Amino acid sequence: MMSFTVLANNLPFLLKGAGMTIAVSLAGILLGQIIGALTCVMRLSGGRAGDLVGAVYVSFFRGVPLLIQLLLIYYMLPLIGINVPPLVAAIAALGLASGAYVSEIYRGALNAIPHGQSEAALALGFSESRIWRRILLPQAFRISIPALVNELILLLKASSLISVVGVAELTRVSQTAAATTYRHLEMYAMAGLIYLVINGCLALLGSYAERRLKTA
Amino acid sequence: MDMDLISRYGPSLLSGFGMTVLCWASGTALGIVIGFVIALLQRLGWAPLNAVLRAYIEVVRGTPFLVQLFLLYYGGPSFGLQLEATSAGIVGLGIYGSAYFAEIFRGGFLAVPRGYVEAAESLGMPPGAILRRIVMPTMLVQILPTLVNMMIILTKETVVLSLLTVPELMYEAQTMAAETFASFETIFVMAVFYWLLVEVLSRLARRVEARLTHYLSAKPGTTA
Repeated sequence: MMSFTVLANNLPFLLKGAGMTIAVSLAGILLGQIIGALTCVMRLSGGRAGDLVGAVYVSFFRGVPLLIQLLLIYYMLPLIGINVPPLVAAIAALGLASGAYVSEIYRGALNAIPHGQSEAALALGFSESRIWRRILLPQAFRISIPALVNELILLLKASSLISVVGVAELTRVSQTAAATTYRHLEMYAMAGLIYLVINGCLALLGSYAERRLKTA
Repeated sequence: MDMDLISRYGPSLLSGFGMTVLCWASGTALGIVIGFVIALLQRLGWAPLNAVLRAYIEVVRGTPFLVQLFLLYYGGPSFGLQLEATSAGIVGLGIYGSAYFAEIFRGGFLAVPRGYVEAAESLGMPPGAILRRIVMPTMLVQILPTLVNMMIILTKETVVLSLLTVPELMYEAQTMAAETFASFETIFVMAVFYWLLVEVLSRLARRVEARLTHYLSAKPGTTA
């Protein structure tokens, strides 16, 4: 039978875990934005070598399961002499994984910007880095907002995997709560519900941002 | 690579790979069947049923796969659903995939021009035949790339089953990593293996797609 007192007692822990989930996902997507934008710029303006490096990066991080990427980074960092808490490895893994997807999103968005704009900027004497910073990237960001919100939702769900390296996020916390109370069904159902609520809010936020930016 | 390691862990890695393929194939098949049934039921246009199906899709797509697996495997016994790890993994993969497949099929149904169905109806074709001979082939051509893409995504998701102790490839590899203390090397080899697998599958899929759609999408009036 469902037991509501057990749920109520453990809800604060789960919510704390949810806070960690949100924080890690935000940090991951932020890092992903930076890596994604840099990769995209490198692929489009870095010549043949830049394109190749970017393409291999994107192909690797999209082709390898996230759990394996996570463990790879988790085990690799100590080997190259970097001792960081699991949390940092987790954020790095999420950032690298989402960076690969974000760079593709940006590439698609950049293709939607008329070529005449960079030509005009060039004719006005803009430097290439300035064209990227002031003309191409801001617009690409706006065009790609729906896809980015989608990516954030995917990342939020993917962040459940970092429970494996011991980060106390929502999935990990609900595992602990389930193990100590023997209420597996209730705890995991609650965790699922919290994920659902967060994702619902993100989707709403995304459509709001999309509407706002369209009129701007 | 050490010959001794290969002879010691080769068989278990091989059986792990077999298990990965088995879980993927049965999970995907289950997901496609459930997804197709959902898309068909949605076409009935019965509002309460549609609300239930919509909720199912949103819940499955809005929650992490790992949490769904835990819910099924550890929470299942609470309502009398006792599955062992492998069956729970396959059912979980099927349920997870079904929501995405349902959306793909729904999109496919919408992409079939109404005129095709109307023409078939006016020729007196029974509804079953219209579905099988007109709607399905038209739809499959349209959705093939997305369908195949989802199937490839599911190959990557099978790795998560290792967390339920399903003895698939990743589980066997991690056992090996723990016993040989060569965690990084093992995981690295796994990463390259899955990378190649996904790349090869994607390329293969693109070829098959090109052939099938070339043959099937020939416009009426043109010679294929």
